Amino acid sequence: MPRVVLSGNEAVAVGVKLSRVNVVAAYPITPQTTIVEKIADYVEQGELKARFINVESEHSAMAACIGAAAGGARCFTATSSQGLLYMGEMVYWAGGARLPIVMAVVNRALAPPWSIWCDHNDALSLRDAGWIQMWAESVQEVLDMMVLAYKVAENERVLLPVMVNLDGFLLSHAYEPVEVPTQETVDLFLPEKRPAPYWIDVVDPKSYGTIASPDTYMEFRFKLQAAMDEAARVIEEVDAEWSRMTGRSYGGLLELYKCEDAEVGLVVVGSWAGDAKEAIDRLREKGVRAGVIRLRVTRPFPSRSLASVAESMDAVAVVDRSLSPGLPSVLLSEVRNALYDNGKKPYVKGFIAGLGGRDVTPLDFEAAVESTLKAKEDGGSRVEWLGLKGGRDVC
Amino acid sequence: MQYHEVCFFARGGQGAVVAARLLVHAVSLEGLWGQAFPLFGGERRGAPVYSFARISDKPVRVRSQIREPDALIVFDRALLSALTFKVKKGGFVLANSPSKPSVESADRVYWVDATAIAKRNGLVVAGWPVVNTAMLGALTKVWSLVSLSSLKRSILDAWTGKLGEVNAKAAEEAYNEVMTGE
Amino acid sequence: MSNLPLTAIAYPAKGSAGRTGLWRTERPVINYERCVKCLICWLYCPEPAVVRRGDDSVEIDYDYCKGCGICANECPAKAITMVEEVS
Repeated sequence: MPRVVLSGNEAVAVGVKLSRVNVVAAYPITPQTTIVEKIADYVEQGELKARFINVESEHSAMAACIGAAAGGARCFTATSSQGLLYMGEMVYWAGGARLPIVMAVVNRALAPPWSIWCDHNDALSLRDAGWIQMWAESVQEVLDMMVLAYKVAENERVLLPVMVNLDGFLLSHAYEPVEVPTQETVDLFLPEKRPAPYWIDVVDPKSYGTIASPDTYMEFRFKLQAAMDEAARVIEEVDAEWSRMTGRSYGGLLELYKCEDAEVGLVVVGSWAGDAKEAIDRLREKGVRAGVIRLRVTRPFPSRSLASVAESMDAVAVVDRSLSPGLPSVLLSEVRNALYDNGKKPYVKGFIAGLGGRDVTPLDFEAAVESTLKAKEDGGSRVEWLGLKGGRDVC
Repeated sequence: MQYHEVCFFARGGQGAVVAARLLVHAVSLEGLWGQAFPLFGGERRGAPVYSFARISDKPVRVRSQIREPDALIVFDRALLSALTFKVKKGGFVLANSPSKPSVESADRVYWVDATAIAKRNGLVVAGWPVVNTAMLGALTKVWSLVSLSSLKRSILDAWTGKLGEVNAKAAEEAYNEVMTGE
Repeated sequence: MSNLPLTAIAYPAKGSAGRTGLWRTERPVINYERCVKCLICWLYCPEPAVVRRGDDSVEIDYDYCKGCGICANECPAKAITMVEEVS
């Protein structure tokens, strides 16, 4: 199949078009804006038969999607950083209301200080909102992930919204040759949406989003948790189905690179996984048996798969593009948590890196792995800030 | 394995970001892989801006910054004094200049008067000659990695009608006029 | 739990909170000689326990009227009086 050169943001828009989305509501913010510009173009040219709703804020964008999704429409929105936080209340609403909305989050650091560059704190701040969170590595994966996201979200065993995360600028504004699946392939994979029985319908009136007393609230939350557990299975199934149709598989919840015989694992999320793989190749040339574990999905968190991959490793380095001040980082804690209950668990060292778009190279990943192996031997610091000017250990 | 890094150094508005994308499209037409990306900052029209491309015979997976490109393409001779990049050993600089520019940081230097080519082809946007397609045409002459015909197809895919034609013509003229010297 | 929907949904039903008529300490009584059929009581009743008949006259559904007194307060013809419940 011939490849076309697309940016990450264009790939999102193409994914929306191929998924035959009915309603798009969004508000501009760097570096997301070109996604909705492109979609507005498709709608204007008649290439996508969707209602494009101009809104006055991200909060309203999600509110519009919630209303439309409750009416049975396939909905899309996109945002970044401050916009996502402003949307926050409605993000939780969509999760609790079990609406299969798909949102692209072009990951960007939070202010202050102002930054337009990439880190993962925006999306991770909404990790408990009842949304599935997926993270892409390449422009091709962004495109595929958009279509897969709707397939997972609308699965009757799931019925949850999905956040498709792509790194600001590193993916959103990077152009790469991409195979675009045909409309026929996507139509076959993602049939026209069937409304769930509880969706708003004028011939069967009901009130949606009412109060739940202490008698029932917990049960609704339990159902949300159960749906997340189910989503983990559905994501694997959908990945396998996509692979049969297009030949492209990403491994479901985790992508493993040279992990079969690895003594040390490098855990990452997002587009810098490529730099991490490059580092692994260099380490292997030096005789270090290392591999990359890329988390493609962080909600549902792939605890079991991660523990089973890591149990044959002596050490794991977690390089995290987020900070949880006082903890100190989200991904590191979640990885440690996943490994804790396993009988055989590796030594874990965490690295905080790339905040606010700080460049992280294969050499940095190489240093992280070496520093982890050294800390395991000499009992050094368990958390390190990579590339911190002055090079000071923080914890 | 083939692997090359390219850096475009230009002023905001001269088309460096589009140049990187057109180059990646051209190499992908030849069965190669690539990645084009800008260096985003507080860029404005006229301010020095960078954009980059990676080219390989395998899918490009590295996404960190390029620090030492194989090819450095400078869209405005005046920017040569503001260069913060050095080319890799064995690499080259290609500059938009009517005469041989003075570049100390590279062994090989090429130049082409892309401003004149852009002007005579009417490639002027808001009063500024847009030199990106001419610079790419010159690049295909001095670099065997990508052919002029693939570049022209990439240009014609990007712009339909007259605009595509004049850009392709500018690329071809630059291909024929690029100069080299010790 | 299995019969709960995925999220909180309420279906239209008469008296889903039970017979709210039991909440009443005073009941509205209509004086039909004063009533001008303006339907203000019918419009304002929050329950709605003011029932509109075909000829636009009204009656109170005492099974569900909570005795809030809004109808008596709003009636421009002063045709509704709140009377203490006895039984």
